[in-house]
Amino acid sequence: MVASETDQGALELLSKGREIAKELDVDLSALVLGRRADDIIRQYFEHGADRVLLLPTNSPNTIDAETFTHAIFEVSKDNAPDIILLRSTRLGKEVAGRVAEKLQAGCVTDAIGLTTKGQELVVDRYALGGNTISSEMVRTKKKIISIMPGTFEIRRAPVDGKVETLEIKIPSSRVQLMERRKKTGELVNIQSAETLVCIGKGIANKEDLAVVNELCTVLKAELGCTRALSSDYHWISEDRMVGISGKRCQPKLHVSIGISGQIQHTVGILSSELIVAINKDKEAPIFKIADYGIVGDLYEVIPKLIQSIKTLGK
Amino acid sequence: MRVIACMKQVVDLQQIRIRRDTREPLLEGLPVLFGDMDKNALEEAVKIKEKHGAKVTVLSVGSPKLKETILEALAMGADEACIVIDPACEDSDTAASAMTLASAIKKIGSYDLVLVGEGSADNYSGQIGSRLAEIMGIPQVTYVRELSIEGNTVTAVRDMEDALEVVRVETPLVISVTSEINKPRRAPLGQILRASRKPLNVWTLKDLGIDASRVGRSASHIQVVSNLAPEQERKGVIFDGDLDESVAKLVGALRKEGFLS
Repeated sequence: MVASETDQGALELLSKGREIAKELDVDLSALVLGRRADDIIRQYFEHGADRVLLLPTNSPNTIDAETFTHAIFEVSKDNAPDIILLRSTRLGKEVAGRVAEKLQAGCVTDAIGLTTKGQELVVDRYALGGNTISSEMVRTKKKIISIMPGTFEIRRAPVDGKVETLEIKIPSSRVQLMERRKKTGELVNIQSAETLVCIGKGIANKEDLAVVNELCTVLKAELGCTRALSSDYHWISEDRMVGISGKRCQPKLHVSIGISGQIQHTVGILSSELIVAINKDKEAPIFKIADYGIVGDLYEVIPKLIQSIKTLGK
Repeated sequence: MRVIACMKQVVDLQQIRIRRDTREPLLEGLPVLFGDMDKNALEEAVKIKEKHGAKVTVLSVGSPKLKETILEALAMGADEACIVIDPACEDSDTAASAMTLASAIKKIGSYDLVLVGEGSADNYSGQIGSRLAEIMGIPQVTYVRELSIEGNTVTAVRDMEDALEVVRVETPLVISVTSEINKPRRAPLGQILRASRKPLNVWTLKDLGIDASRVGRSASHIQVVSNLAPEQERKGVIFDGDLDESVAKLVGALRKEGFLS
């Protein structure tokens, strides 16, 4: 069974879920909280859901973790589904741990790979702060897995499925939502960028970011940064923070500038197709994961690089 | 008010070396420390104490090395420490670790807040807080970046991907914090010396009434098939010389790779 707080997220999970369900010869269902138009439900069937389990709730816009947890628990406690796929969003991760405890089940969060081996399910995730990839099997009958958003492509796999409306009494949440403020400013999604430039502590002043932004323009890149530049210095908004507590990105081209390469950051860029690093310290760990690198002062290298790329276009 | 901060001792992740031939991580002899976000949890507990008056207990399950690491936590402002050291706990999964922590919290007795980091530094699985809340049957608020307390009411600002949520909840509860909530203080050297005089309770599983068969690798819900560094297929071409030349070579290489066309 898949469950996500968004329809887009559910389709992503269904696409992978269809593949797994076929290999293990099991039924694929999707839990949907709230109300949906018919054409949205149809999307679920077009992406492989044998059943859509519809649970009407009173608050269609926000789903709280307690409601979500309770619903999944009630649906799965006595019968199938045994495999529950969630998305590793902040809500999804909280729910994964809670459902797992309620079901006395094993749980793997932040999965970046999911395969079958005979009748077993093997889940990959980063471990040891990103130094390693751990392949794990959940030994309990019930298995809770939360998958990093964007890991699997959405694929059409039409199925002639049916809708079942659930009747589950959801107790009211002990946590009261007082206010929900959309984050202000432009909401960027650096995770979908084809080219990503990341800047770290090598840059000395906020004003100097102008030259990095210029490089982004000529490369048609999005700007990302390390934790220091957003959380500590507040020079760059947090939605551009890359790493274990920020975003994990998989651009085609990644340019890392003035970043030493601590694992907490690099785990967010390891899946890039090509990595370019610019750093004045020849020994910086970032060069170990780079395809190409320039040892040099970013204040000298970036202007030269911009100039060189601009000349190409002429 | 009683506040418990749960912390996990991990090896220094920056210092992990990888065996080139087998891609295995080499963990022997590495220094140990507390994760950054665990320190955020403790710092917030100490801040609550400074503002409202509270007794802060730091709780950790781990290896005998904890006896040294824990002094730093006491020096940061915790009033007492409870540590669970038992060889049987080695390779416990999150379910067993949460159960062990919950039993220790029961032994500590009363509490109003249990603070944890949003994820551990090493595995960042983020399950401990959720599992603790379920075991103890109390509410949980995750990803908190701002916290205020008035009597028994906690108001918290949660940091979600696209929005900030302001929530209100009554104690007791479990709170997981993000790195944005505060800047953990560095323990002054003098405090570290003084910390060794603060109460330190060292417990074994037996003290908590936990049968050893419920923890450790054999009880784990998770079987690790392999845990290796990812295969590096990076080219590792580093230009270190005249910058004009380096830039020209890089641009050339990028064009060859199909970029900058």
